[in-house]
This record gives sequence, C-alpha cells and structure tokens, in this order.
Amino acid sequence: MSSSTADVTSALQEKFPNITARDSLDHQAINVPADEVLAVLQALRDEHAFDLLTDLTAIDWSEGSDPRFVVVYHLYSTTQHGYIRVATDCTGDEESPKAPSVTSLWAGADWHERETYDMFGITFEGHPDLRRILMWPGYPYHPLRKDFPLAGIETELPDPEIAAETGTPVIAAPMMGGPFVASTGEMNMTEAEPRAKDESWNESSEKPEA
Amino acid sequence: MVSSNTELAYNSKVEGEVVVTKADAVINWIRTNSMWPMPMGLACCAIELMATGGARFDIARFGAEVMRFSPRQADCMIVAGTVTYKMASSVRRIYDQMAGPKWVIAMGACASSGGMYRSYATLQGVDRIVPVDVYISGCPPRPEALLDALMKLQSKVKKSSSAKELLNA
Repeated sequence: MSSSTADVTSALQEKFPNITARDSLDHQAINVPADEVLAVLQALRDEHAFDLLTDLTAIDWSEGSDPRFVVVYHLYSTTQHGYIRVATDCTGDEESPKAPSVTSLWAGADWHERETYDMFGITFEGHPDLRRILMWPGYPYHPLRKDFPLAGIETELPDPEIAAETGTPVIAAPMMGGPFVASTGEMNMTEAEPRAKDESWNESSEKPEA
Repeated sequence: MVSSNTELAYNSKVEGEVVVTKADAVINWIRTNSMWPMPMGLACCAIELMATGGARFDIARFGAEVMRFSPRQADCMIVAGTVTYKMASSVRRIYDQMAGPKWVIAMGACASSGGMYRSYATLQGVDRIVPVDVYISGCPPRPEALLDALMKLQSKVKKSSSAKELLNA
C-alpha cells in the first residue's frame, strides 16, 4: 500500500476526533458515528483518493444487541491501490434502523442501499428511490435479519390473482426433513454428501419390485 | 382381371388426392412434429437449452427449433432454471397466455424441485404453479437429456385422444 493511503486513520482523526480504529484482519478499518459518516466518506473520496465505493452492506449483530445494525462501506483507491473499510452504527430502534444515504457521493450506492434495505430493513435517509430490489414489493420480512429463519416464513405469493388460481403459498422450506439429507460430523466426505432422503434404492441396493 | 395391389406406399395416381387415416393419428402427427417451445430460460439450464438449439445437438431434428418468445405462438413451455417466488407469477401468467394444447417440460433440478435452492426465495418445484408433463434430472441436464425429454413428450402426445378432446372442448 502506498504512503498516501497508509495511515489515513490518524490523518482523519485530526479532522474528526470521534473516529476510532476498528479491529481488522486485512485492510485498515474505522468506526464513524452516523452523523459524521457522510462528511468522513466525502473527505476520504476528495482528500484521500478513495474514489471507488466497492461495496456497501450491513451487519446484524442479532436481536438485543446495541447497536444491532452496522452499515459497512468498502472504499478503494484506483490511483493509490489501497482499501479502507468504514463502519457506522445505525440510528433508530431495532425495528426501523436508519443510516444516511451516500448516493450523493457515489451514484452507484443506489442499488447497494436498496439491497441492504431489502435484506436488513435499514432505511437510508436521502435515498432517491428506496424500494426493494430482490424480493417483491409488499414482502413482509427482511430475510438477512438474524431473527428470520433460513427456511423462510409462509406468506402469500406476490400476485393475489395467481395465488388464488394456483392455491400455492410461499412456503417455509427447511433443510431438515426435506428431500435431501446430509449426515454431519462424518469424516468421510462421500458419506457426508447431501443425498436423497429416500434411500430404499440407490447404486448399492437394487430398486425393489413394484 | 383381378390383381393384388403391389403399391407399398401412398400413390396419388392410384388413390387420387385422398389419404385414409385416423383423425387422432393425423392430429397427433402434426402436434408432435411442430412443437414450438416457449423458452422460459431463468438460469444456467437456459445455456444448455441454447446449446440444444445449436447445430451440434440440433433440436430442429424433432421439429422444436422454433423458439417463440410470444406465448401465443408456443406449444411447449420449457422451464429452464430456478423459479423464484417473484418470477413464479410471471411464469404462471405466461403459461395461461399460451394457446392450447400446451405442455410443460421442467428442465433440471431447480425447476423440478427447487434443487439446491431450498430457501425463502425459491419456488420448490414449478409443478406447484403449472402442470408439468416431463421432468428432467440434472444440474444442468445435458442437451441429450432435453432431447430425450422432448421425445418422451412426443410419445405422450402421440398416445393422446386428440380428436375426442377436440370434440368435447
């Protein structure tokens, strides 16, 4: 990493004393209070050459944590070739967390923020068009929240006409008891591979006579 | 003088412009050999579907090379790929817009059962929303498997009582 991006943290701390260093195993990372994050990101973009927002996502520290939701920005410098990770705690309560939108700094943040809103339910204030991007409009849950089960929750199909015609709901699809099972804890990977639950006939035992 | 008929096949000079056959046979013959697919390409299976349409596998040998992107002109919907719940309504709507008689091939593990996507977002088998005639295993299936499914569907159509169904319709 070049010298100009090497110690951005201490340079930033002179201007923004509320910034703290964040534990990181790879690139430098900082914690920023929510009300300063726009100014810090703008300073990183304009003064420290971090011109590319490579990712914007969030972390759910599970219910009861304070703060529960943390928005994470990954910035890259296309001239200095270095990364920095910026994390900011969401404001607002557990059900409706809020964070400032950075679409004014990077237009590309638009869809990232829509996805983060869709998956975590974080409202990005100042976003021009905050709609769901993956799930359909009207879907009642935010699937990447820790309290949302992996299998899903039974709900209605997006189109009520089709739902009435087919009688098919959006079903919970748990792995356990499903069509495929995996034996965990096996050292033999062949044995541990997911396989059809009905093993009445397979490669080793012939199909029974009907 | 009486002589036996030595003609082995249809000869218009002998029989004029008339062929005698069963209505089922001729209707099913027409239907099986011009089964225009609606390519419902939703994921990687669509790549194999395209390969099947190419010169190496040549789905045209079975009269199903005319991929119609308008459901009004299609006979057989090939659901090639993962059907999400968000897409499920559109798949059903397109199926509803197809003119009868119509058939559905569920191509690959995802379309048949949800496949490896056992989650909140994926329809667990397209047979929950449309009636499926042939399922193809594989992830994705090879083009030969799709051709085999098409032949299976054709033999199914050949056995149907089309004339009776048309009269009752």
